[in-house]
Amino acid sequence: MACKFISNEDITLWLEALAKDHVVFVPVDDCGSVTFRPLAEGRKPVLDRVPVRSPKEAVFPQNETLLLYKYEKDLEDPEHSTVRIKETLPKERAVVFGTRPCGARGMTVFDRVFDNERIRDPYYATRRENTLFITLACNKVESTCFCHEVGSGPADTAGSDVLLTPVQGGYTAEAVTERGGQMLEASVFADGGNKCAEAEEVKKATREMLGEAHDYSDAPEKLLAVFDDDEFWEEQAAGCISCGACTYLCPTCYCFNITDEATGTTGKRLRTWDTCMSFQYTLEGSGHNPRSTKAKRLKNRVNHKFSYYPDTYEKNIACCGCGRCIKSCPASVDIRAIVKAAQARGAKKESK
Amino acid sequence: MKANPVLPDMATIMEVVEETSNIKTFRVRFNDENVMKNFTFEPGQVGQLSVFGIGESTFVINSSPTRMDYLQFSVMRVGEVTSRIHQLKVGDSVGVRAPLGNAFPTEEMKGQDVTFIGGGIGMAPLRTLLVYMLDNRDDYGKITLLYGARSPQDLSYQEDIAEWIERDDIDVVLTVDNPDEEWGKKPYEKAGLIPNVLKEINPDNKGYAVTCGPPIMIKFTLMALNELGFKDDKILTTLEKRMKCGVGLCGRCNIGDKYVCVDGPVFKYSELQELPNEL
Repeated sequence: MACKFISNEDITLWLEALAKDHVVFVPVDDCGSVTFRPLAEGRKPVLDRVPVRSPKEAVFPQNETLLLYKYEKDLEDPEHSTVRIKETLPKERAVVFGTRPCGARGMTVFDRVFDNERIRDPYYATRRENTLFITLACNKVESTCFCHEVGSGPADTAGSDVLLTPVQGGYTAEAVTERGGQMLEASVFADGGNKCAEAEEVKKATREMLGEAHDYSDAPEKLLAVFDDDEFWEEQAAGCISCGACTYLCPTCYCFNITDEATGTTGKRLRTWDTCMSFQYTLEGSGHNPRSTKAKRLKNRVNHKFSYYPDTYEKNIACCGCGRCIKSCPASVDIRAIVKAAQARGAKKESK
Repeated sequence: MKANPVLPDMATIMEVVEETSNIKTFRVRFNDENVMKNFTFEPGQVGQLSVFGIGESTFVINSSPTRMDYLQFSVMRVGEVTSRIHQLKVGDSVGVRAPLGNAFPTEEMKGQDVTFIGGGIGMAPLRTLLVYMLDNRDDYGKITLLYGARSPQDLSYQEDIAEWIERDDIDVVLTVDNPDEEWGKKPYEKAGLIPNVLKEINPDNKGYAVTCGPPIMIKFTLMALNELGFKDDKILTTLEKRMKCGVGLCGRCNIGDKYVCVDGPVFKYSELQELPNEL
């Protein structure tokens, strides 16, 4: 990977140039929370704090229109109307600037689900194709970070097009994809020179700060071993208040709902983020609910990330280790601790 | 799979049959004749019906691919979408996304006896397979239908039932929980819970058993089938879950790593036993 350098000052020039033909999502301070918003005058990127919200909304918006519909009255037979529908595929080109590697890696979890041999979701696939990820490697870690435990790391390039690493006076920039390489042809980039070695040191030092990685590879079988252990799951979910913050902030969560919004005889069909932590999520028409308690719902969320998804997608864990679910949980439910406890309890059950 | 899996095709309602006080059957045709001509599905597959402005719900396609004049869906009125569908009349538009999900293993079942056990609205997915088998009668062995409902008025598909009773290549037994004065006069009319009547009929356990109905009925029927000696991999059932996208994306209908909307709705009892206990 060729390594280039961009100064702190030139970042602004680069972003302005990109904004000419892209929506450029940057992390900004919004009432104290760092969240991704389109670049606009007066919006200064915040690059020294990990964004509270994940960058997934650039590709998988919180609300998106799937189609528009219109009832048209049959004038010959006024009792009846016909319906016309119109597909609304996204067209805009976007750049996500300043996501951490965990956020970009989250998109690879989406990719396997929304764009595979069996199915291609055109809304997701079009946005993904039209969105570039410029990722910022971490130079510090938080107590909730565990990217190194789920196959990632503070300089992970999975899901990114360009990886920036903070160095004295600016950032080194390495192309991850061909499209990323084309972006680095801009005149604001200088040859990396000795900055490249400095960047490697930053990456190494940050990885060391995370310490040794716990091994989750036997989590699927151990989670299965405690599946029917209601006492275990009740205990783990004791603090959970079913608020769903964990799922909305997670870079790898993609559950959604589809609803219609009517305005007279016209309207739209929307896809909206949903959360498997809500009671209504699996409530059936008959009144039966297979996940009627928060313990059952938490069990499904943990299992989906550490068991079902790895079983379906070649052992890839559907968690990028960003720790947002832990950090923003009002009750400090810690998914790491739950899986570790399940591994321990599962091992005990197996040895009996 | 279509280019846009969440985009429905528009269809028109050709016929509405009032089955019971809360179940109606809708026969629809796609507006685009090419779509209608090229549409294929297998017994057991489902579809999403859309009423724009209200939403979508999943129903089994309960017509048979051997009769492609129309697609048929039976809808029990339980919520917002189904209540709106119940208001639709002949000539009204409806969106259809189909076919979705897997199907009954009609090839594997060839040459075998088949016992159908349906309860209430659970007769809908059974009807498609039953009609398919009757239309390919020589391919299958002895066919038995046990269909039960709460009361005689709650039995759907009266026209079909009358035809099946007339035929000598299918044995029909009907049962109701709450018989009225007229009930029981015909030899095929029984009274009592489905699992008990099933044990009474005592069908040959060498073939397949296909069951669908309310969860509690399925549970006891599976136990009865076990008792009668049916093999776990020859007992078929269809599962219903709350679904939304219908194509394995939205993450709502999973049982372990299986999604009822793509890996189901048809499951063998032996497959169900492999799944985590989360029905």
